Amino acid sequence: MAATAAGVFHTSYASELRLRHTSAERLRLVLVVAGLLTLPWLVNPYWLGIVNTIGIAAIGAVGLNILVGFTGQISLGQGGFLAVGAFTSGLLVQRAGLPVPLAMAAAVLVTAAVGAFFGLPALRLKGLYLAIATIASQEIIIFVVRRWGWLTGGQGFLDVDRLTLFGWRVPRTSFEFVWYWIIAGLAVLAVVTARNLFRTALGRSFMAVRDHDIAASAIGVDLTRTKLMAFAVSSGYVGLAGALTAHYTQTVTWERFTIDVSIQYLAMIIVGGLGSVAGAVYGAAFIMLLPPLLAELADALRTRVPLLADQLPAVQAAAFGLVIVLFLLFEPRGLDRIWRRVKDYVRFWPFRY
Amino acid sequence: MITREYRFPLNSSTVPAGEPVLTVSDVGLRFGGVQALDGVGLTVRQGQIHAVIGPNGAGKSSLLNCVSGLYRPQRGTIRLTRADGAVDLVGRRPHQIARLGLARSFQNIELFKHLTVLENLMLGRHHRMSHALLPALAWFGPARRQEIEHRALVEEVIDLLELQVVRHQPVGALSYGYAKRVELGRALCMQPAVLLLDEPMAGMNAEEKESLARYVLDVNELAGVSVVLIEHDMDVVMDISHTVTVLDFGRLIADGPPEQVRTDPAVINAYLGEAAR
Repeated sequence: MAATAAGVFHTSYASELRLRHTSAERLRLVLVVAGLLTLPWLVNPYWLGIVNTIGIAAIGAVGLNILVGFTGQISLGQGGFLAVGAFTSGLLVQRAGLPVPLAMAAAVLVTAAVGAFFGLPALRLKGLYLAIATIASQEIIIFVVRRWGWLTGGQGFLDVDRLTLFGWRVPRTSFEFVWYWIIAGLAVLAVVTARNLFRTALGRSFMAVRDHDIAASAIGVDLTRTKLMAFAVSSGYVGLAGALTAHYTQTVTWERFTIDVSIQYLAMIIVGGLGSVAGAVYGAAFIMLLPPLLAELADALRTRVPLLADQLPAVQAAAFGLVIVLFLLFEPRGLDRIWRRVKDYVRFWPFRY
Repeated sequence: MITREYRFPLNSSTVPAGEPVLTVSDVGLRFGGVQALDGVGLTVRQGQIHAVIGPNGAGKSSLLNCVSGLYRPQRGTIRLTRADGAVDLVGRRPHQIARLGLARSFQNIELFKHLTVLENLMLGRHHRMSHALLPALAWFGPARRQEIEHRALVEEVIDLLELQVVRHQPVGALSYGYAKRVELGRALCMQPAVLLLDEPMAGMNAEEKESLARYVLDVNELAGVSVVLIEHDMDVVMDISHTVTVLDFGRLIADGPPEQVRTDPAVINAYLGEAAR
């Protein structure tokens, strides 16, 4: 069990319901906010681009964790739902001429609806059986975007214009900089709303379904409604991540949304910590940073260990697998749990416990 | 003696004391070739502790599962008396029955093990809370207000069952006795019309049983909740219940006040044994 700060006494339920109780926790929040506000001036555009992809992945991982980590419904359909968000938003801008913010909002709603529809098997299936059913939804969605001529010209491919906001076309020179603020803003919004969700009745009912569905129904939780709601809410976040991908990368192609992506996202929430909002963010950062950091390492060791640089893609894939295995073996509750242990250690120092 | 004023009534039934609140009649349940329940009927009266006893496999838990909607009997009716008349529970889904006022505990502890005691108890309030998505995402406003409002009742249940020290502990880490009490608490937080307890004292030692029996009595006497109690410990059953129903092989073999049931030859033969005479 995680340690709780001593000497914190509440005199009202309202104060106990706050997310932060100690000055150390508040200080950390200030530092995180300050870091987010200064980051774009601290790193070069290449790394800022990586930060942007982390932000998008974090939104998608928070969404997936709502479904898998908090509601216990295993899903391998993440890639498909990302595709729905990306194609919806891309098509609405390119074909219907909708402004980007409006198209992205529509993508969130459409993906939520599609997610709820593909959540229907969850009413009958659990665990591995549900995982297989969600693979079906993944494949169906990718099949549709690849083959539906009217939608994507039968190529599963769509070019998206460079971002225009309220009539202002974002210049190429400050592209990553502008996108950073959009993505960081939305990622913060995603994290805050997800944290809020799980301190309310609705979020608690998701966790009740995960822990014990029969007991949940015996206390009045409507399993049908709750499971479909979890699929819809989760897919809404994923749809946002998909829409951001479309406008940020300016190309939407089905190859970006295959089952490999679904597995990559599952890896994020396993590495980060199932059932933890912060964990989803840590996991997204970890998985997205792994390939560029390995590339840096290979570059640095080019003269001494040329194999590393020559076989970089293979090394990256192997490292990805190794990391997941190591986490499952040594800390199945992920980075979030490791961070908690670090905090406990500092809090108790110099005592062991 | 310390008495405490509670703000919230935990009993939501409006039936006058002594009148039937839950009426089971002629219930038949068959699993393939096994007749689990065969024409069972009983009447639970408001304000009573109604025990259901019988040997293993007699159909006690099956009966409870029929009442709470987990099983669907092929025959019979199960009526809950409410202010607006009686409703038949057969054919309704478990969450609908829970919303009508039937709260239950399970034979094996069925708590939400990754959540804290407080969260488990707050889930007992689930069916009386709003689950709108946008207020939940926004937190400030209706969602926060609702949490605080329902917390007040939950704290009274924590007080009644003396769960203060474990309030913020995850239930997975609790001792057996505490876990059983949390399950009782979760059901109470629902403000039930009838409380169904499936072997709440199974696997406990004498002291733990005594302590839990005290809580069940408090729930019945202080909070006025009608209780249906499945239990194997005859001492507890004879001590605290007002009415006892005895099942054997899915059939009802006796029904009445404990002192009458204790001397019933059919009950002695099927369940109690000669030594109890």
